[in-house]
Amino acid sequence: MKNTIKQAFHSSKFVTGFVIFMFVLVTIFVYPLIVTRDPLEMVGQGNFFKPGTYVAVSDVVGTNSNYRLNVDTSAAKLETGLSVENRAMMADWLEKYGEVPASDIDVTDAESLVALWNEKYDPKTVIKGMTIAVRNQYMRLNNQIQHALKDSGVIIAEKNEETGELEEAKSYDGREFVNQGDLPNTQTFLLGTDNFGRDVLTELVAATKVSLGVGIIAGVIATIIGLILGLLAGYVGGFVDNLITFITNLFTVIPSFVLLILISYSVSESARGTTMVGILIGITAWPWTTRSVRSQVISLRNRDHVNLSKLSGHSMMRIVFTDILPYIASYVVMAFILQISSGILAEAQLSMLGLGPSTTTTATLGLMMNWATQYSAHTSGTWWAYFPVILVIALISFSLNLMNTGLDQIFNPQLRD
Amino acid sequence: MRDFNNAKPCLTGKGVTKTFGFGDKKMNAVDHVDFNFHEGEFVSIVGESGSGKTTLSKMLLGLISVTEGQIDFQGKPRDISTNAKKKEYWKGIQAIFQDPFASYNMFYKIDSVLLDCLKMRGDGSLPYEKKFELMTEACSFVNLKFAELTNKYPFELSGGQMQRLMIARIFLLKPKILLADEPTSMIDACSRATILDMLLKLRDEINMTIIFITHDIGLAYYVSDTVYIMEHGKFVEYGPADKVILNPQAPYTKRLINDVPKIYEEWDLTTV
Repeated sequence: MKNTIKQAFHSSKFVTGFVIFMFVLVTIFVYPLIVTRDPLEMVGQGNFFKPGTYVAVSDVVGTNSNYRLNVDTSAAKLETGLSVENRAMMADWLEKYGEVPASDIDVTDAESLVALWNEKYDPKTVIKGMTIAVRNQYMRLNNQIQHALKDSGVIIAEKNEETGELEEAKSYDGREFVNQGDLPNTQTFLLGTDNFGRDVLTELVAATKVSLGVGIIAGVIATIIGLILGLLAGYVGGFVDNLITFITNLFTVIPSFVLLILISYSVSESARGTTMVGILIGITAWPWTTRSVRSQVISLRNRDHVNLSKLSGHSMMRIVFTDILPYIASYVVMAFILQISSGILAEAQLSMLGLGPSTTTTATLGLMMNWATQYSAHTSGTWWAYFPVILVIALISFSLNLMNTGLDQIFNPQLRD
Repeated sequence: MRDFNNAKPCLTGKGVTKTFGFGDKKMNAVDHVDFNFHEGEFVSIVGESGSGKTTLSKMLLGLISVTEGQIDFQGKPRDISTNAKKKEYWKGIQAIFQDPFASYNMFYKIDSVLLDCLKMRGDGSLPYEKKFELMTEACSFVNLKFAELTNKYPFELSGGQMQRLMIARIFLLKPKILLADEPTSMIDACSRATILDMLLKLRDEINMTIIFITHDIGLAYYVSDTVYIMEHGKFVEYGPADKVILNPQAPYTKRLINDVPKIYEEWDLTTV
């Protein structure tokens, strides 16, 4: 046993898979100790906030800081303020109505583009054939640009409580800065927020934990059922074997995913928690474990050491547990790993169809995907709502499969290179 | 050579048949064989690969069912219908298998094999010192030192040591019948002679019946009292070893004898 484990850690594939899996596991357990926020707390009002650090606007104004930096702030404002669409619009106008040759327009250089725009564009000129809507659009764009260019200060006014008049409290110009460390209220959402305004990263970590749990429940159940039926069919043989093989073949022919959908559909929504989904996946995933265990046991059944054990008067249970099970243990471990991986995938698939765990108190990887799809995150370009989830699913199943391949090479000398 | 015509019958069979497959693929691995093994007799069953020797031995051991025919054990019809009866039967008949490397459970130390024997004998409740003494005695019978072997795993032993330990197991169990299914075919020539000598010694000591299954007719002649020649699931010839081998009647026996390589003559391959 010790040697086998030692051997496993000499396989680079196994080690790579193991390290990735351990990284996921450690993250699951360490992250909640650092970020104690409820993973399903709706921190944002509104959906799909971009990843980044959020700063309270009033704090920026209220923080006393006398940092004046000698930098040109308008350029940076222009760079971030002018979207690709806006730049295309500007280039379009300049080319059509400003009579600027296309070769002189460089949309990547915001400063020269704006300079060109200020030189040519006049909101008062009326161009024939242009609809008012388009004209207004250009005027709005012009206002936006002029606002970004404005370097004059902002006056902060406070209401005088006695007279009700506004009095100037402070004034700022564009070059005054606040140190981020001085701000009392900042919120960092490394992966933004989702459609319900929940922090995606925190939710993702919690969801990974739940999904792994579902996978393990499914894996344990599928492996136990598969192992018991496979051992019975393989060792007892005869009628028992025929019956079990018949049932197994029946389950193999009916795609287990269809079966899973039907069962999930018929289980009432209130009863369909994460544990229930895990159990459902487990009881539909056993057939191939049964088949492979059965064939392994049949080849072991006629080995001399089993015959000798029989001649020594051992009971069937004892022979199965001491003479058969240890020989297929490595194989069963590998099957178990694959069952966990496919259990996680099955949960994600079911949840995508809306048949996963119906709960509002926990998140699973599949549910996160489902929510992102329902709020059309994929069409609105809010990648942070679904892409990290896909990545985590891929990472988990990749690491488990890699571990399995590594083990396979150790236990199956024919595959060694 | 001893005369066994008046000895007590130990294991007799009438029309023993084993059929595998159904319909077109039906095949008689063992086809209506009759035999009569006596107490203390050294019987060899000789035949080429696929002639049904191992199938017959498994039927004799009760590891697989008999399709047709009857086997009598010590004069009474054999009854192994329940697990308890099977256990009782196996106190009277034991086996040594062909491949010593496959005969051990590689996950357990070799002590467990011998301890199981003591348990089967009914000595399971003895104090460990006494058990150790018994195991040491059994090992010294086969020229092994138990103190050196204890706490070792099967794969730490050589093939010859493993097979000798199997004989030590038989020494502890002292069954009426020992079924040795090609026990020397995986062992080098030196260890082979030792193992055969040990089997003969065991026979002399406790008057055991030994059923020796082999494909080597020369070896069979060297050790046995009675020889059964098996071809395609049937006994084509049987009788005292001298008679069968020095004066063979069946063409198959003649061929088997011709196939034995001889040191001083050119090997006749025309019959192969």
